[in-house]
Amino acid sequence: MLFTSYSFIGFISAVFILYYVLPKKCQWPLLLIASYIFYFIASPSYLIFIAATTVSTYLVSRKLENIKTEQDAYIKENKGKITRDEKKAYKAKMKGKQWKWLLVCLIFNLGILAVLKYTNFVIANINGILEAFHSTNELSFVNLILPMGISFYTFQTMGYIIDVYRGTCKAEKNLFKLALFVSFFPQLVQGPISRFHDLAQSLFEEHAFDTKVVSYGLYRILWGYFKKVVIADRILTAVNEIIQNPEVYQGGFVFVGMMFYAFELYADFTGGIDITIGIAQTMGITVTENFRRPYLSKNIKEYWKRWHITMGTWFTDYIFYPISVCKPMLKISKFSREKFGDGVGKRVPVYLSSFVVWFTTGIWHGASWNFIVWGLMNFVVIMISQELEPLYRKFHHRFQVKDKKWYGAFEIIRTILLMSAIRMFDCYRDVPLTFQMFGNMFTHFDITAFTAEAFLGLGLTAADYLLLFICLIIVVAVSLTEERKGSVRNLIYASPAVWKYLIFGVMILVVIVFGAYGIGYDQSQFIYNQF
Amino acid sequence: MEPLMEILKNLHPDVDFETCTTLVDDRIIDSFDIVTIISEINDEYDVVIPAEEIVPENFNSAQALYRLIQRLEDEDE
Repeated sequence: MLFTSYSFIGFISAVFILYYVLPKKCQWPLLLIASYIFYFIASPSYLIFIAATTVSTYLVSRKLENIKTEQDAYIKENKGKITRDEKKAYKAKMKGKQWKWLLVCLIFNLGILAVLKYTNFVIANINGILEAFHSTNELSFVNLILPMGISFYTFQTMGYIIDVYRGTCKAEKNLFKLALFVSFFPQLVQGPISRFHDLAQSLFEEHAFDTKVVSYGLYRILWGYFKKVVIADRILTAVNEIIQNPEVYQGGFVFVGMMFYAFELYADFTGGIDITIGIAQTMGITVTENFRRPYLSKNIKEYWKRWHITMGTWFTDYIFYPISVCKPMLKISKFSREKFGDGVGKRVPVYLSSFVVWFTTGIWHGASWNFIVWGLMNFVVIMISQELEPLYRKFHHRFQVKDKKWYGAFEIIRTILLMSAIRMFDCYRDVPLTFQMFGNMFTHFDITAFTAEAFLGLGLTAADYLLLFICLIIVVAVSLTEERKGSVRNLIYASPAVWKYLIFGVMILVVIVFGAYGIGYDQSQFIYNQF
Repeated sequence: MEPLMEILKNLHPDVDFETCTTLVDDRIIDSFDIVTIISEINDEYDVVIPAEEIVPENFNSAQALYRLIQRLEDEDE
C-alpha cells in the first residue's frame, strides 16, 4: 500500500475519522491496530520480524530498568554502610550486567537486519573473490525477504534501547505502547528515525480535534503529494532514460541526469516525509523534522545537518561519539599526539570515527558497493573541507566576501553540485561505470547535443519541462521564504479565509491534474522505501 | 577553569567563551570540535566524558563544561 495509492488515502481517511470519533482513550490503540494492519497488508510475514524486534527490545528494556531499580535500592539500603569504593565497584558491576543485556538486544536485532539485508551481498563478494582466484566453486544465493522499513524501525528501536541503557530515557512499561512507537505506520517505511522521548508524549496522549492543527497537517500532506507526484514521478522518466542508457546519454546529458536526479530525490524524499509528518499532525502527533532546506546549505557539513537530519543525528549519537570518546580511542589519540604531534593526535579520533560512520551510513542505504563508495566519498569530501578550513579562514580574512549575496549563492551552488556528483553512485549500475560516467561528463561534453529533440527523447514533453520549471521556481520560493520568514503555512493560515480555502483547493487540483500519473497510480514507490 | 579556557580558545580563537552560552545551539562548535575538546580534557584533567554526557546542556558554555568535568571528577574519586 503505497502512500500514493487510492487504498492508502482510503486507509488514512478511515483511521482519521475513527481517531476522532472513538473515545479518546482508544486513540493510540487504534493507531497500533492501524499500523499492524498497514504492515500486514504489505506482507503478513513481515509481522514476525517487527514483532520479534518489539518483544525482544521490550524484555531487555524492562531488564535494564530492573537492574537500575535493584541498584538504587541497594545503594539506598546500604547508605552509610558501604565505602565510596565499594559503592563504585557495585555500580560498575551493575553497569556490566546492563551492558551484557544491551549487547544481546543489539546483536539479536542488528543481526536480523544484517542477515536479511546483507547475506547475498556477502555471498556475491565471496563469489567474486573465488572467481578472481579461478576457483570453480560458487556459493548459491539465498532467498530472503526484506521486511519493509526494517532499516528504519531497527535503528529507531536500537536508539531507544541504548537511551534506556544510558539512563536518558525511561523504559516503557506497556508493551503495546512500545509496539506503536516501533511500528507507527506513517513513519514506518521511510522514517524519520524518531527518538522515544521526542515522539512518545504526543503519540500516546489524547487529542481533541483542533481545526488549526488538522489544517496544518492537511497542507503539509498536500505539499508532500505535490512534490512526490507532480515533480518526482514526472522527472523520474527522464532520469531513468539517462542512467539506464549510459552508452547513449553521455557528456552533457550525464550532467543533466545528475541534476535531474538531485531534483527527483529531493522531491521524492522530502515529499514523503511531508506526507508522514502531515498525517501525524492531523492527529495531533508531532514527528521530528527530517529536513531543513538542505539545498540552501553552503558546505557539505551544513548539508548533512539539514538533509535526513534524524539519520545524521542517529549516527552521530550512537556511533560517532561512542567510538570517538571510548577509552581505547582516547589512548590511540594520546599515543598519536606523543608520537606525531598535536595535529595528528587531534585528527585520529575524528578521522577513524568518521570513517566508520560513513562506511556504515553507506551500507545502511543498501547492500552494494555503490552505496559504500557513496558513503566513503562523503567522508573524503568532509575531511578535505575540514583540512581546508584554515585556508578558507585566511581567504575570508583577506577578501571580505563572506557576507556578499553573490558569494553565498556561489557556496550554495557549489554544495549542490558536489552533493549531486557524489549521488551519481546511487544511479549507475556499478562503481567503475559511475567513475567512468563522471569523467565522461567532462571529456564528452558537447553543447550542441542539447537539442530540443534530444530533451524530448528523454520521455518528457515540452509541457512537462515547462511544468517542472514552474515547480522548481515554486519550491525555491517556498524554501527561501521558510528560510527567511519561517513556516509558509503560518503565512497561509494568517491570510483571509478565502485565500486559505483557495490555496487549499488549488493544491488539491494541482496534485490531481498535474500528478505525473495521478494519485492512485502505483508505478513508483518512494526511493527511500527500499532502504 | 583556566586549562579548559585554553583548550577552547585554541580551537576557536574568535569566540568569547567567557560569555557565550549557546555554543552547540548556535552551531559555534560542531561534533568534530566536541571530540577534540573531550580528547584534550582527557589529557588535561584525566577525566573521560562518556558519550551519554554529550548533550547540548553540557557543551553550550565553558561553565557548563567545567561543571561536567567537576561532576565526573567527583564520581571518579
